[in-house]
Amino acid sequence: MKLAAFEAQGRARWDRFAALLAALERGDGAGASELPALYRQVCHDLALARERQLSGALVAELNELALFGHRLLYQARTGEWRGLGAFLARDFPRAVRGEWRLVLGLHALFYGLALALAVLAWAHPELIYSFVDPANVSEIESMYDPSGAIATEPRGAEADATMFGYYIWNNVSIAFRTYASGLALGVGTLVSVIFNGLYFGLIASHLVREGSAQPFFSFVIGHSAFELTAILLSGVAGMRLGLAVLAPGPRSRVSALRAAARSSLPITAGTALMLLIAAGIEAFWSPRHVPAEVKYAVGALLWLLVALWLGAAGRSRAD
Amino acid sequence: MIDTIRAVETPEGVDLALRVAGPVPRALAFGVDLLLQGGIALGLQIALGVLGAFAGLGLGLYLIGAFGLLWFYPVVFEVRAHGQTPGKRLLGLRVVQENGTPIGWPGSVLRNFLLVADFLPLFYLAGLVSMVADESFRRLGDLAAGTLVVYADAPHARVTPIPDVTPLAPPFPLTLEEQAAVIAFAERAASLSVERTAELAAIPRALAGVDDPSARLIAHAAYLVGRTA
Repeated sequence: MKLAAFEAQGRARWDRFAALLAALERGDGAGASELPALYRQVCHDLALARERQLSGALVAELNELALFGHRLLYQARTGEWRGLGAFLARDFPRAVRGEWRLVLGLHALFYGLALALAVLAWAHPELIYSFVDPANVSEIESMYDPSGAIATEPRGAEADATMFGYYIWNNVSIAFRTYASGLALGVGTLVSVIFNGLYFGLIASHLVREGSAQPFFSFVIGHSAFELTAILLSGVAGMRLGLAVLAPGPRSRVSALRAAARSSLPITAGTALMLLIAAGIEAFWSPRHVPAEVKYAVGALLWLLVALWLGAAGRSRAD
Repeated sequence: MIDTIRAVETPEGVDLALRVAGPVPRALAFGVDLLLQGGIALGLQIALGVLGAFAGLGLGLYLIGAFGLLWFYPVVFEVRAHGQTPGKRLLGLRVVQENGTPIGWPGSVLRNFLLVADFLPLFYLAGLVSMVADESFRRLGDLAAGTLVVYADAPHARVTPIPDVTPLAPPFPLTLEEQAAVIAFAERAASLSVERTAELAAIPRALAGVDDPSARLIAHAAYLVGRTA
């Protein structure tokens, strides 16, 4: 068939298809039922025009139309969430348990380093000053000073709200960065976990020596169940990315990375939600003036809750 | 691969051509988005400052807003606005999945969060190296998410219809490729300079002759597309 005849035969159909696509993209779904048949016909026209080399211009035009149709016809339903409840009760704990080796490994690394540095700093009190700026050390000292102003002065609801925003801005961003920097062969993630382990051990040891054990531990025990665990879990997700590139196994590196990215994304989403909870606890509960015993009890309960949730939720086969 | 056209085979059995975008337009689009994000953040600060609410609850809400702006600005636009952030729209770009279908939440979150990895070690060096090394200009985030950044609009070299001249049959049968070349020449002649047209038309001497070869090729093209006198 010659080009002129081909165009004369198809032009009305192509114009109709173009108008339909524009209407659908605007959200006007009136002629949606026509789309599949018209789209297949346009694909057919494109294949014919290309095979017969009718005209470069016509092939480009039909390609553009078919692409547009393809984009509308094959889009995923983005509005369908599986539900936050199902995610928290089932998918997230399962994803975490699926990475139990990394979870245990990073916990061992973090708490092992923290303990080692705490013991070292107990024996060598000056050690903290080789890692932390003296100005920061005295700032932290005054923050948890048992008789100091910050620990005893009641904080208003306004300041709590500011801190809530700050913890979300700061902590969730740290979790996302810890995750993404794992792509650099896991180095970025490991550096972050190691640094935080060292820092935590040093500070805790120093504050205990200074007699601030009670204000410090009663402040952190509440939110740390969610916060520390979430940061370490974002490290787990990051290590998954790095390991996929480092040791892809029987796949190509790109394909291994892609699979790891999809499987680690639920963990990252879960850590973001855990850090939202942690921010709420840290801003509104941890600074409250209640007896330390109550704080320890609540904190222990929260740790137990996190352990039970991640360890046991979603174990039944029912989906 | 010598060009930037990537074919996607659809279930209908036809290859669709995607034109992937290189580092320069993408960097420009990124710059535009960055300016916009900064502008929005600044606007929020000023508005809160004028209201005298840049403290307490206002500051808390601002920090949450800034957090959303930093991490979810590109994600929301890519998923909700047909794969286009404002910067990409300005530059005529679009994010799609590798099979040409629209990007969803997981893909967009992955490719945008992994910008952090693309930034390493400094100023998006890893992303740039990855884009230059990859035949489809994918940065690390695109590789992990399985996405492409393509040109959203049809090619700008719009062709003009073949002029209305008296069709003339070629003096001898032409192969399909030769026919296609003659038709393509006729479609593009109007957009070329007179000298270039003459130069091109002089190549097929046996077909076009020496006496105004350009006009003769166009007349042959009119015949080849099926026009009748």
